[in-house]
Amino acid sequence: MLPKFWRKIRSRYNLIGSHCENCGSYFYPPRNICPKCRRKGKVREVQFSGYGKVLSWSVVHDGVENFWLSKPYIVALIELDEGAKIVAPLDCNPDEVREGMRVKAVFRKFGEDGEDGIIYYGTKFVPV
Amino acid sequence: MVGIVSYGTYIPKYRIKVEEIARIWGENADVLKKGLGVEQKSVPSWDEDTATIAVECAREALRRAKIDPKRIGAVFVGSESHPYAVKPTGTIVAEALGIGNDYFCADLEFACKAGTTAMQICYAMVKAGLIDYGIAIGADTSQSRPGDPLEYTAGAGGACFIVGRDCIAEIEGTFSFASDTPDFWRREGKPYPSHGGRFTGQPAYFRHIVEATKGLLDKLGLRPSDFDYAVFHQPNGKFPIRVAQILGFTKDQIKQGLVVPYIGNTYSGSSMIGLASVLDVAKPGERILLTSFGSGAGSDAFSFVVTDRIEGIERNPKVLEKIKECEYVDYGLYVKLRRKIRFG
Repeated sequence: MLPKFWRKIRSRYNLIGSHCENCGSYFYPPRNICPKCRRKGKVREVQFSGYGKVLSWSVVHDGVENFWLSKPYIVALIELDEGAKIVAPLDCNPDEVREGMRVKAVFRKFGEDGEDGIIYYGTKFVPV
Repeated sequence: MVGIVSYGTYIPKYRIKVEEIARIWGENADVLKKGLGVEQKSVPSWDEDTATIAVECAREALRRAKIDPKRIGAVFVGSESHPYAVKPTGTIVAEALGIGNDYFCADLEFACKAGTTAMQICYAMVKAGLIDYGIAIGADTSQSRPGDPLEYTAGAGGACFIVGRDCIAEIEGTFSFASDTPDFWRREGKPYPSHGGRFTGQPAYFRHIVEATKGLLDKLGLRPSDFDYAVFHQPNGKFPIRVAQILGFTKDQIKQGLVVPYIGNTYSGSSMIGLASVLDVAKPGERILLTSFGSGAGSDAFSFVVTDRIEGIERNPKVLEKIKECEYVDYGLYVKLRRKIRFG
């Protein structure tokens, strides 16, 4: 878990994704190859603005480890303003979430490996 | 000219009222509110800690500064609630800001004044030409034992100041006063701090703030009436008002920076959030006094002169607006969010 998390710290903390200059598509998490353009693709790293809108969501009532303190919690499909889609926790009252709701990225704790373990941080979303 | 280039703050959205805590412990809320000068305090969510608060306030400061993050040469985070005992908060912040890997960094701890000490270090490093910009953060999710008087005031929040040469408020001078005074402490591995009750007042808070402020005024040849605003560390709503009176500052001078009645004592963030609230409304040419206090004990005093550049920086949302945007929790949710319930 530790090396897997460490390798992705940059993109998880900062919403760093990819942009294909050939077809204009944006991706998150970052990709090395554009799935549309393949060899013709020209992929470069991009920092997303952190703003977007809710496309869809689920309210989770049976929280998995590290999320049980926040249940019920929302996992949302969010379309970033640049066009990339991301699945991420949305810190919001389940009664308030709606399709098209404007959201922004925030830096939050995701969990920890027990009291002695490492703390995992990353990007969640909140209503604007 | 070296001083504050930009600033940002973060205050968690949850609040708990003094009445709610007093209801649980059978105390008289009216007496407590009058005695402490505090109505409510901020409460971090289950997924917020000093690192997340530090990142959020630093991101706001960086956004307002409109400078390339790679030009930040130092990151210092002051707190007494760093998430790790061993592993810096500063590197988490630097990574989240995208400043690269070429930077000076350390976590600081001096009770509630570690953040202002971070400002002094950044000030010295910029002045010495070691760095272009330095980030100084004071952030805390302060701990308090259930039922202890501290529980009514121990809040959460943070402020970040980017220090550099093209500043919105020049640091005119700084002066510190410290002594070995055991007024408040937390032993290694213990979850909650202990304090010396009334001993935290005269020999600790008042002595150090008064001496540091007087030392600064003497050094600069200034009087309290030369300042438009004054901000003192805010462990409760009473102490800063009383220390202002002792030093000869008026209530009008401290009003804008007095945020403790609404968010509690945010420890390392306390006086720095107060300073941010003043910068929210300050005009070019105005002079601001800031004196922090950290138990153990010491105070850092600063004199700032606001420059014309302040008109060109984004200052919204303001601290007082952030304070108003809140959601109240009851004591049950509060102990869950603060992990005060121990399992097995």
